[in-house]
Amino acid sequence: MTFGRVIGRVWATAKAPGLVGLRMLLVQPLTPQLEPTGRRIICTDATGAGAGELVYWVRGREASFPFLPAETPTDTTIVGIVDSVHIAKPEDAPIAGAGHARPDPPNARPDPPHTRRARSRKC
Amino acid sequence: MILARVVGTVVATRKDPRLEGKKLLILKPVSPEGKDEAGYVVAVDTVSAGFRERVIAVSGSSARMAEGCKDTPVDTAIVGIVDDVSMDNP
Repeated sequence: MTFGRVIGRVWATAKAPGLVGLRMLLVQPLTPQLEPTGRRIICTDATGAGAGELVYWVRGREASFPFLPAETPTDTTIVGIVDSVHIAKPEDAPIAGAGHARPDPPNARPDPPHTRRARSRKC
Repeated sequence: MILARVVGTVVATRKDPRLEGKKLLILKPVSPEGKDEAGYVVAVDTVSAGFRERVIAVSGSSARMAEGCKDTPVDTAIVGIVDDVSMDNP
């Protein structure tokens, strides 16, 4: 699934019977940082997305699943409208002051009893 | 699905028997503004599109869901003839 921005609409009178009654929207694919990337595509709409909305869309055969049991000839479908996105920036990754709350590293813990026995036998 | 323009036809005598009777067209992907984009594709026509018409092409396994393409070796199909494209103002 990929982010996208609804940028327009497409009208077609002559179309496959499976597409009749479906809205087709022009979508600009976006990166997770919401910057435009790649070719603009036509998506069928399973959510009622509107102009300018931030959405996510699915590519491939799965794109026809929202319209089951109808066999809809579509390979890109809008399946969700995005409310908000949170992405940690690289510089935010180590959170200051959070280190002391973490458990000790595994090698600092004492071995469980059965491992200790096995080791002593080897020695 | 992508926007594309019909730029030619393909004639093939020797082909998979399941493709017999299917019209094959050469498509050039175009932007919503109508400018050509890179590459070409050969697509099966299911809506009787004509030369220079702007069409909607579906690719991948979904193309087999187009009319008359069930269980055929097809990965791009024309499923609509575009009347109009409207762009929202930014």
